[in-house]
Amino acid sequence: MLEIKDLQATIEGQDKQILNGLSLTVRPGEVHAIMGPNGSGKSTLAYVLSGRDGYEVTGGSATLDGEDLLELEPEERAAAGLFLAMQYPVEIPGVSNMYFLRQAMNSIRKARGEEEISAGAFMKLVKERAALLGVGGELLKRDVNRGFSGGEKKRNEILQMAMLQPRICILDETDSGLDIDALRTVADGVNAMRSPDRGFLIITHYQRLLDYIVPDHVHVLAKGRIQTSGDRSLALELEEKGYGGVLGAEFAEVAA
Amino acid sequence: MATALETVREYTGGEYKYGFVTDIEADIAPKGLSEDVIRLISAKKQDPDWLTEMRLAAYKRWQTMTEPTWQKVDYEPIDYQAISYYAAPKIKERPKSLDEIDPEIRRTYEKLGIPIKEQEILAGVAVDYVFDSVSVATTFRKKLHELGIIFCSISEAIQDHPELVRKYLGSVVPAGDNFFAALNAAVFTDGSFVYIPKGVRCPMELSTYFRINEKGTGQFERTLIIADEGSYVSYLEGCTAPQRDENQLHAAVVELIALDDAEIKYSTVQNWYPGDSEGKGGIYNFVTKRGACRGKNSKISWTQVETGSAITWKYPSCILQGDNSVGEFYSVAVTNNRQQADTGTKMIHIGKNTRSRIVAKGISAGTSDSTYRGLVKVLKSAEGARNYTQCDSMLIGDKCGAHTVPYIEVRNRSAKCEHEATTSKISDDQLFYCRQRGISEEDAVALIVNGFCREVMDELPMEFAVEARKLLAISLEHSVG
Repeated sequence: MLEIKDLQATIEGQDKQILNGLSLTVRPGEVHAIMGPNGSGKSTLAYVLSGRDGYEVTGGSATLDGEDLLELEPEERAAAGLFLAMQYPVEIPGVSNMYFLRQAMNSIRKARGEEEISAGAFMKLVKERAALLGVGGELLKRDVNRGFSGGEKKRNEILQMAMLQPRICILDETDSGLDIDALRTVADGVNAMRSPDRGFLIITHYQRLLDYIVPDHVHVLAKGRIQTSGDRSLALELEEKGYGGVLGAEFAEVAA
Repeated sequence: MATALETVREYTGGEYKYGFVTDIEADIAPKGLSEDVIRLISAKKQDPDWLTEMRLAAYKRWQTMTEPTWQKVDYEPIDYQAISYYAAPKIKERPKSLDEIDPEIRRTYEKLGIPIKEQEILAGVAVDYVFDSVSVATTFRKKLHELGIIFCSISEAIQDHPELVRKYLGSVVPAGDNFFAALNAAVFTDGSFVYIPKGVRCPMELSTYFRINEKGTGQFERTLIIADEGSYVSYLEGCTAPQRDENQLHAAVVELIALDDAEIKYSTVQNWYPGDSEGKGGIYNFVTKRGACRGKNSKISWTQVETGSAITWKYPSCILQGDNSVGEFYSVAVTNNRQQADTGTKMIHIGKNTRSRIVAKGISAGTSDSTYRGLVKVLKSAEGARNYTQCDSMLIGDKCGAHTVPYIEVRNRSAKCEHEATTSKISDDQLFYCRQRGISEEDAVALIVNGFCREVMDELPMEFAVEARKLLAISLEHSVG
């Protein structure tokens, strides 16, 4: 369903190519992990796919269920079923988490020509899903991400994902800043959402997260393209040998 | 509750929804200002002699005064001789019941979303409808009358309750107070009058809806609200005007008087025509609003959401005379395109243990300019006075301006004044975050701005908070990208 072909991108106004001919296919039901050293283009990939300003696609294509993602505005990509769990979720003062969730949900439903969810149905749903992620009622009433701890922010991202029920979930370093307990809660939330018609792209530095969310495929991204792919064991090998050890000495320098 | 999304969708297409003109025959005074014109207005209003004298004295005073220039707004000089100071829809007699109101006027208010009816949507709100220079209807009068509450146009009050009007009119904002107040005192034509008797808690919101329709006129209304001992009233004003290329002057005066243990909550949702995106047309809004907390333990609270007008010059203030009296000012001022707003408040602490609280939120977009100007003055007598001021500015885009000009004068050592100010921008990160969750850019701006203003919005009566949220969204359409 997610088809990335020979994707090339730069940061706007800079010549340096960050994505350098990246190709990847995620089929429904699959979980793909993307690992790579700092500066390899992992976050850029997430932003280019979700349509953040400041990046320029210079070649290649990305489609979701056959639809050209790169032509769409960010909110249209969201309506098409793309969700990005952010590495640094932002605060929106004065806007309650619950209100934000409901507006997001209704915006997407409207874009898809569906009816808005009623206040009652929404409340029921949000309470149900929040409970699964250990997100308390108090957190729902607080301003979006305001004063949330690192763990609360990430759980909140997964709650949004659970509410919006996307086709493809991209998790950008969701494990960063999490302690083991929070990591487990987040992973449980993600695992609960695995289904035959949903795909995952999990971007991470460390293989630790993959102990909890077991991927079908692991890719190593470096210098803006996928250098090697494998199964779960590749992640373990990386942990043992480092990027330099797996990819060769020239890649270790990138990491340094 | 309507979401910002519904709002924007509802309003796409037309930028200023209230810009239509009602085609109705009007009785208009010749342009310009002179003693004769004032006598003409006075005669039309069937003023008692004391009021005619008051108008003429104010006119003389006005002629000696000059327009203020200290505010941070630019505009072409106003030609006071090119304005018509009286315009009224031609109606033979004041309709005796709401059913007799001219259908054109009735349709106008229907289009504005505030039908002249005592039912349905506005069930909990009594409304005085002011069309150009005159009040055309007031709802729920009987029900209020049973409680001894007087709610009518000021013209009627002058006829029916002259003793109250004479006692209080000009007692908070004297004619010589400032250039625009003097002009208003000379030519004011209508407005609302409220009197809440001792110990009565007004059971519904009282509201005046001001509409400027006629071309080449100004609106100079006068509002007087008196809350007698131990009473309470919540009052709201709304305003709109047709879309015209010329600038129109609105110079109102509002006076509030709260006696012992009385409370007045005054809310404004101001949506005068702001002019087009090039800055052509729009209302010049030069307004003097002041409340006197005359009695002990009295309280006056101003809440304003200012989204319209080409120029806003307005400082709703509180004179805290009574011991333990409380003044509050909650403000949201939104400027877009070429709009300019210079607004704030004055809190004058005279009585002991008087307290004031100021929360001002300014949002600037386009090439607009927004200034908060405030004075907190603690007199020697105000033992134990307290003030808290918070001014937050939000900038959208990089061509607008936000300024904060707080004056604090303290003459009593026991007083405590706090002032906090912040300036922020809607960040790209916030916008992207919302859009990634499916919320369009314009809805995201409305959402973030509404969040920024929440403290103030929460102060508005429920019925109007929804409308105010919508207005914010509309005012900021096309402000990004």
